[in-house]
This record gives sequence, C-alpha cells and structure tokens, in this order.
Amino acid sequence: MTSKEYRSITQIAGPLVFVEKTEPVGYNELAVVTLPDGSERMGQVLDSSDDIVVIQMFEGTSGIPRTAGARFLGETMKMPVSKDMLGRILSGSGKPLDGGPAIVPEDRLEIGGAAINPWARDNPSEFIQTGISTIDGMNTLVRGQKLPIFSASGLPHNEIALQIARQAKVLGGSEDFAVVFAAMGITNEEAQYFMRDFERTGALKRAVVFLNLADDPAIERIITPKLALTTAEYLAFTLDMHVLVILTDLTNYCEALRQIGAAREEVPGRRGYPGYMYTDLAGIYERAGRIKEKKGSITQIPILSMPGEDITHPIPDLTGYITEGQIVAKRELLRAGIYPPIDVGSSLSRLMNEGIGKGRTREDHKAVSDQCYAAYAEGRDLRGLVAIVGKEALSDRDRNFLEFADEFEKRIVQQGRDEDRTIEGTLDLMWELLGSLDERQLTRIDRKYIEIYHPKYRKKD
Amino acid sequence: MGKEGVIYRVAGPVVTAVGISPRMYDVILVGKEQLMGEVIKIVGDKTVIQVYEDTSGVRPGEKVVDTGQPLVAELGPGLLGSVYDGIQRPLPVLMEKMGDFIERGVTAPGLDHNLKWPFTPVVKQGDKVTEGQIIGTVPERAITHKVMVPPGINGTVDMIKAGEFTVDEIVAVIDGKEVRMMQKWAVRRGRPFAKKTAPDEPLITGQRVCDTLFPLTKGGTAAIPGGFGTGKTVTQQQLAKWSDAEIVVYIGCGERGNEMTEVLTSFPELKDPRSGKPLMNRTVLIANTSNMPVAAREASVYTGMTIAEYFRDMGLNVSLMADSTSRWAEAMREISSRLEEMPGEEGYPAYLSARLSEFYERAGSVVALSGTPGSISVVGAVSPPGGDLSEPVTQNTLRIVRVFWALDTKLRERRHFPAINWLTSYSLYSGQLDGWYKKNVAEDFPEMRNWAIGLLQKEAELQEIVQLVGSDALPDEQKLTLEITRMIREIFLQQNAYHPVDTYSPMSRQYTYLKLINRFASHAAKAVENEVSVEAIANMDLRNRLAKSKFEDNIEDILKDIADTMDKEFEALGGK
Ligand SMILES: Nc1ncnc2c1ncn2[C@@H]1O[C@H](COP(=O)(O)OP(=O)(O)OP(=O)(O)O)[C@@H](O)[C@H]1O
Ligand SMILES: [Mg+2]
Repeated sequence: MTSKEYRSITQIAGPLVFVEKTEPVGYNELAVVTLPDGSERMGQVLDSSDDIVVIQMFEGTSGIPRTAGARFLGETMKMPVSKDMLGRILSGSGKPLDGGPAIVPEDRLEIGGAAINPWARDNPSEFIQTGISTIDGMNTLVRGQKLPIFSASGLPHNEIALQIARQAKVLGGSEDFAVVFAAMGITNEEAQYFMRDFERTGALKRAVVFLNLADDPAIERIITPKLALTTAEYLAFTLDMHVLVILTDLTNYCEALRQIGAAREEVPGRRGYPGYMYTDLAGIYERAGRIKEKKGSITQIPILSMPGEDITHPIPDLTGYITEGQIVAKRELLRAGIYPPIDVGSSLSRLMNEGIGKGRTREDHKAVSDQCYAAYAEGRDLRGLVAIVGKEALSDRDRNFLEFADEFEKRIVQQGRDEDRTIEGTLDLMWELLGSLDERQLTRIDRKYIEIYHPKYRKKD
Repeated sequence: MGKEGVIYRVAGPVVTAVGISPRMYDVILVGKEQLMGEVIKIVGDKTVIQVYEDTSGVRPGEKVVDTGQPLVAELGPGLLGSVYDGIQRPLPVLMEKMGDFIERGVTAPGLDHNLKWPFTPVVKQGDKVTEGQIIGTVPERAITHKVMVPPGINGTVDMIKAGEFTVDEIVAVIDGKEVRMMQKWAVRRGRPFAKKTAPDEPLITGQRVCDTLFPLTKGGTAAIPGGFGTGKTVTQQQLAKWSDAEIVVYIGCGERGNEMTEVLTSFPELKDPRSGKPLMNRTVLIANTSNMPVAAREASVYTGMTIAEYFRDMGLNVSLMADSTSRWAEAMREISSRLEEMPGEEGYPAYLSARLSEFYERAGSVVALSGTPGSISVVGAVSPPGGDLSEPVTQNTLRIVRVFWALDTKLRERRHFPAINWLTSYSLYSGQLDGWYKKNVAEDFPEMRNWAIGLLQKEAELQEIVQLVGSDALPDEQKLTLEITRMIREIFLQQNAYHPVDTYSPMSRQYTYLKLINRFASHAAKAVENEVSVEAIANMDLRNRLAKSKFEDNIEDILKDIADTMDKEFEALGGK
C-alpha cells in the first residue's frame, strides 16, 4: 500500500491526535501512527475536514511525539473472521494472545455492524433453560434476547454469568452453539476465573475470547465489543450457530467513552457521560437477535457494575432503556447468604411472554410467576412493618405472606452454583410455596390451573 | 452558484459543504453514494447538513447535490399496512435491495409506484373544486381512501377519469394543473385545515385506568413518562391495538428492533374489535430503531405526523403513538452538539421546548378543508433518565399535553400493570367528557368514577398510618376501606395486556365492574355495622369470583350472576 505518511501532527490530547494538511481522508477511516522507534499504533478518524483530521487512537497516545508520522489506510476498520476463531484467545483489538497462528480470514467484516432491518428480524421466542429458578421461572431468557446483569463490585455476577453459560440449553435442541466472551477492563484475576471455567468445562473449544484487561489501554475497550459482536454475527448468521455473547464490564466501556468525550471537549451529558451514550450503547446491544430464514441467533448477556449500586446511574439506566429487561443482583441478598443474589422485584425479562406457556415451558407458567411476584412483593413490604410493630400486630393473612417471602428467598432464589434445575422443577417448587397461601389469595391464577397444579389437588392423583 | 458543491468536513452524521446555496431544510445528496441529508444550518458560504445514513468513508472533496426540495412524504393509496424507516423508505423494499442489514445509499419511494388502484371520481368535469376537497375514492384495506385536491389548487375540473391507475398517473386536471392520487408534502410543515374544534369525544382505549380515570379525547394529547421497563411501550401498543381510532400511526423512534418485530408479527393476526379486520390494515408503522441513524430518527416523528394529518384530512380519527419522544429529543441534542450550538438545560438545544410544542400542536380535532371533521390524538412516551420527572423533556412535555399517565417503578416492581400511578396521573379532559359518558355509558358514570378516585386517595392516607401502626390497629370501617380499594386496584385498575380476555375491556364492562364494586362496598359497609368482620367479607366467595371474572371467557355471564346473587350472599353473612 502506498498511502502517504504525513508529518503534520499539530496537537495530541488524551486519546486524540490532530493532523493538518492532508489529502481528503474519509470519516471513520483507519489511521496508523508511526513512532520514531518504528512501532505502529492504530486509530480511527473521528472528524475530517480540509484543514484538520482528528484521529482517535485505539491504544492510547502515551509515547507519541509530535514528530510521529500518520498514514491513512483508505478503509474503515474490518475484522478478519473465520470458523477457526473458535477456541482462540485474542486481545481487545483482536490480536492472538494464545501464541497460536494468525487467523486466516474467511471473510473481512466491517466492525461497525449495520443495523438489522427490523423487517428482517424474527421474533425471539425459544425458551433457554438456564437452570436458575429466578431466571427461568420469573425472568425467562429467550434466544436472541439481550438480558444484562446489573451488579456491583463484590457481587458474584461472574459466577452467575458462568453458570448461565454452562447450563444454558434449549429443550429438545442440540444445535451448534458457541460462546463469544469479551472482557473490557476487568482484572487479570477475573479473566483467569472465566478462562479456568471455560477450560474445566471444555467450553473453550466452542468459545472466542477477547481480552482487554484492566492494565490494557482504556481506549482499546471502545472497539473490543464491536470485534466480539462482528465475530458473533459471522458465527450466527453465516455459520448458523447459536451464539451466546458475554460482555463484561460495560461500565469500563462507558468510562472509556466518557474519556474520549472529554478529550474532544464535547458538551457532557448526565454525570459527564457523552450525550450520545444511549445511541452508542444501542449500537452494541441491538446487535442481538434472530433473523428470519437464518438458523443462528445472538443472545447477549452484558454485565455491568452499577457505580454506588445506583440503578439510576446513567450506565445501568441507559442500558435498561435498550435491553430487553435486566437481572439485578443485590447485596442485601448476598449478605443474607443467598446465592444467586438475584432480586426478582427489580429484575425483568420483557421477552418472557414470548418464550413461555404451552408448548414452550408450561401452560401455567405466566400465572404462577405473576402470583409469586405479587405474593413476594407483598411479603417484602410487610417486613418493614414488622420491624416497627412486631409480628403480633399482623393479621393471619399478612403473616402468611411474610412467611412466603422468606421461603421464597430460601427455596426459589437460593440454589447451588452447580444446581441445574429443570423448568418443571422450578414451576413445581413455585406451586409448593403458593400452596402455603390461602387459596383465595391466588387471584392471578385461573381456576383450571389451580385444579391441575396446586399441591392440594395434585396429591389426589 | 450552481446545484453542485463539495464536502468540506465530515464529523459523524454532520457534513459541511461549500459551493451550494440551498434553503434551510432542503434535501442534499451527499458524497459519491448520494446519501440523503437535510440542510440544518447555513453559515456564510458553508452549508451544514444532517445525513440520514452512516457517513463512514465519506471524504472532504466529494460532491454534494442540492435537490432544491425539502424532505417530503409521499401520501396516497398504499400507506396502510406499510412499515417505514424515519424518512419513509419502506423496510421491505430496503430488505429486498440490500438484504437483512440496512446498508446505505439506497433510495426507495414511500409508495409503490407500479401498483394500480381503482379510482372512482366523485366530482365531474366542469365542477368547481377547492383545495382539500374530495374528488374521488379508492378502496384500501380498512378504509375508503379519499383522493383530495392537493393544497394550493383551486378551480374548475378540466378532466377527471375513472379506472385503474398507479399513484403516479394523472387522474384529473384541475385549473390546468395535473392531479395524481399521490400528493407530496414537506414533513416539517403542518398540513392545512379549515379550523380547529374542541375535542369532545373520548378516545376509547379499552384500558380501564385510561378510559375511566384519566380519559384522552379524539384529538387530544397525552404523555406517558416512566423509567425503563415501566410499561410505556406495552401501553402504547395496547392503545394502538384497541383504541377506537380509524387509523393508527405508530412511530418507533429510537427504540428496540425486537419491539417492531413484535408489532409486525402480532398486528396482522389481531383483529380490530369493531371492524373485525386485521389491525395491520389500519396501521402505518415507522420503525427507526435506536441503532439506525440519528438524523433519520429526528425526522421520523415528522414523517409520522404528516401521514397522520393526511388521513385526518380525509375526515378520519387518527391516533399517533410516538415511542419515545425522549429519543427524538436526544437526536436533536446530538445533532445540536455537533453543530457546537450553545446548549440549554442538560445539553438539550434551547429550541427543545419550541419543537415539542410545535409537534403536539399538530394534534387536535379539526374541520378539514373538505369540510368533514377529523382528528389526530397524540400519545408520546417519555423516557426520563433515572425515572426522574424533573428533567427537561418531561417538564417541557407536561406544559403542553393535557393527559398525564405517570408510570411508576414501584408499581411495576410489584407487577401492578398498567403501572399508571392513580395519585399523580391526571386528565384535563375528564370534566368536559362527563356529558359524553352520561349519555353513552351511564348517567351515574362520573359519580362512580369520582367515588373510586376519592376512595383511592383516602387509601393513600390510611396507608401512611398502617406503615406506622399496622392494619390491625385500624377501626373496622377503615379496614374495610382498605379492602375495597384493594378490590379497585386488583380487579379494576390492574389489567393484563397479555391475557386474551383482560387485554380489552369495553366501556360498558368497565362501568359494570365499577358499579359492582360500588354495590359490594355499600353492602359491606352495612355488614360491618352489623358487626360482620372485615376478614369474613374479604373472604367471601363472591369477592373471589368477582376478582377472577376478568380472566374468564364467559365473563358477561359471570358478572350477571354476581349481580344477581350479591344481595343474597351478603344476607347469608348474617351479622347482628
Ligand atoms: N399492561 C400490562 N400487562 C402486563 N404486563 C405489562 C403491562 N405493561 C407492562 N408490562 C410488563 O412490563 C414490561 C415492560 O414494559 P415496556 O416494555 O412497555 O416498558 P417501557 O416503559 O417501554 O420500557 P423502556 O423505556 O425500556 O422501553 C413488559 O415486558 C411486560 O412484562
Ligand atoms: Mg419501551
């Protein structure tokens, strides 16, 4: 390639390099900055005019002097993809880290990822059994959904994600599946934890791993999820695989986004994050789904840690506005010794209705889960009251609900790290608890289901 | 200066060009691939363009072409059942041309220009006609499509002919001007009408909390604000499905792809409860999802509104849903910040409030130019960051709209759906609609509604006491109030959008429920006086049957049975 090298860098600020007097350069085009020692850094054009070109460096600007040279490659960033990526461990910018050979590409794809035409989308409706009751029973995951885990530092979100990755299956299905794992700014120790589990269970053979660790350049994190999702799209929509994408930790991604915004002196939005963060995150999360007449699918489980455990913080807030629900981990449950500490009240799966019911899970699923929600919420409210007036001041009805809430946490929420419950098992367990309530309180369940599934009537047959 | 110029700068969706001198909001074709864009600012010899497609790879020095035309929508037969992006490109056509993913540089007209439609004139040669007047009809899906004289044309019909035509063919000549079935209209300008009238008829939605407590009118405006997952989309889809409008324009503005798919798969299968025809037949869908270009997102609400106005002009009642107006406002903010404009509150441009009111002002009930009445009701979802309603988009919207359905995260956490908070929501129409309800539902309907609202307010006060002392400490009379309001909440206010029976509740049934609960309450009050315990009342089989009736297929029979047996069952409770 004979692209011209410019020696006209006028300014370097944060992750940005400003170059003057170039020939026309395309927006979003790739750029290479050559350091005096001959080493090269990649970047991308953020702003291009006759006078000045702004490059955002993927690996940061430390060590770049004004005397460095800049070249433009005349194309936007593409990712070499191939079936052989399965089993490989790559850096946050896609370079092999495992000492293996370079990827021999079967195709090169734009990493930006065009939007799926809504007309081409297929409704996600295939139930994924994760073996975790709070998810399967109360916040059902379906193929093609994006369902993040909202967590906080010190909570076992990694364990939960791994348990899902290990146990997830589609009933009666044995199709090709793969896991794409993208780490953004997590610690080496956390990454090892994932890698060991992938190796232990043999999942690594079916996985593509992208690692941008805490000590890797922050700006690289901006492209890591894009590379991971481009790979996932290739596996899903070219190779017909069902792909589970785990992205962790989106909070680090957003911090990097904020850093770029600050370097560009943009008007910041809430808490200093860029005003376009919603659109930017949508560009990641919306790359999940199913396409009509394609066999494969992309299911996303992004993990993010809520700063200060505040669900209204812009990162979880904007995420919740884009994803199809959220699984929320709460410290108070963990403190009570409950694993997984999933708070079903603030959790939600919006595609649940599509994936449950007759022929998918069981006909009574919706009603039972609604009833459990209502009863658990009522019982939890009463806890506050009991703290003030004592249990004695409660009516029998209220006492029943209070006990229900405790039992619910102990028996439905609480389960082992390797406990893989069937959906039948989960639903029966929910019925067992509901059986402790006065039947008249089961206002959300049709009579016909009570007659079939309620423990009182079941014993008869 | 000529019609062609060159690009000077590219920064995301904002492109600056030199060498052209277009008008504001004219459409410019940008770069080698002729990407569509719109002029949003002119500074000296520089023209700033917002581009509706991804600008990756576009370079300074590439050509731009000034089309001399603003962004227009194509209006005519073929709109119904269509699915468009924000600038009215049909998504099925885009898929045909570029596959499953939306690439760029493809144009596609809003209407099918090859399809022939049977046109029947209703005026004849020599007739004098004026702008907006109906000159012919075309049967189209759910409606009889009215072909109107385009705004600006008045005079004698020189020629008009019946037959099968494409939307592009000439069907009439009026005052020397050729008239086709298709009109084009600049989306940012409201279409003309004769006069605005006061909305006086409710838009019946089949959603109990909306119709009974906080009604919207045909031609009215409503906002649904709420944090994520509180039910904005489900509520809007419920209105799109069940409201008694003749046409529904649904704008997915910067929201999820899968939600659009859901509409696309469910609407063709659902039947309009009044006409019995598939819902898709009366619907126009605009889907500019969150990951599609922001500039097209910004335009999408105008495209939708223009289509709504076109149907209004035919004398139809249209309801327009915009999900979410916050994403539209954010698109404005994003573009404004790329223009380096002075930001107003929270980075939104200073003109945010003006744009919002201009948009909602295009709603209303009118007498169309053709002399027939028509209306557009607008329901806008608002997505406040952190669920905090003090933010600029919510606040500016509340100043304009007349119905406020406030969604509440606490209600949603306990699965009380629709999570419309009955204490903070309001409808400024409810007084003026009393007459309608008295006449069309029941004389005592307003009275029943006020009874329910009053009791719910009392409950809120009682709950505060309960939080301190527990409910057992309350006197029986107040315990009963809590029991009755529990019934109002669980039986009446809660409504499951996914349940085949409960999803839609006709007005008469809403009244029956209110009335039954009210009767139950008076019986219960007497029973309590006679020293029957509140617990015994709460445990009555009658109450249980009433609670579950809304999920039963033979709901009307059950309600009748409950009405018939209520007196007896209370008698059976005994007491002193
Ligand atoms: N009337 C209802 N009946 C039953 N379920 C409901 C109802 N309204 C809302 N829900 C439940 O709440 C979930 C979230 O609703 P919805 O998607 O409409 O929220 P939203 O306010 O549009 O959120 P976002 O701002 O993130 O788009 C739904 O998936 C559904 O499970
Ligand atoms: Mg929504």
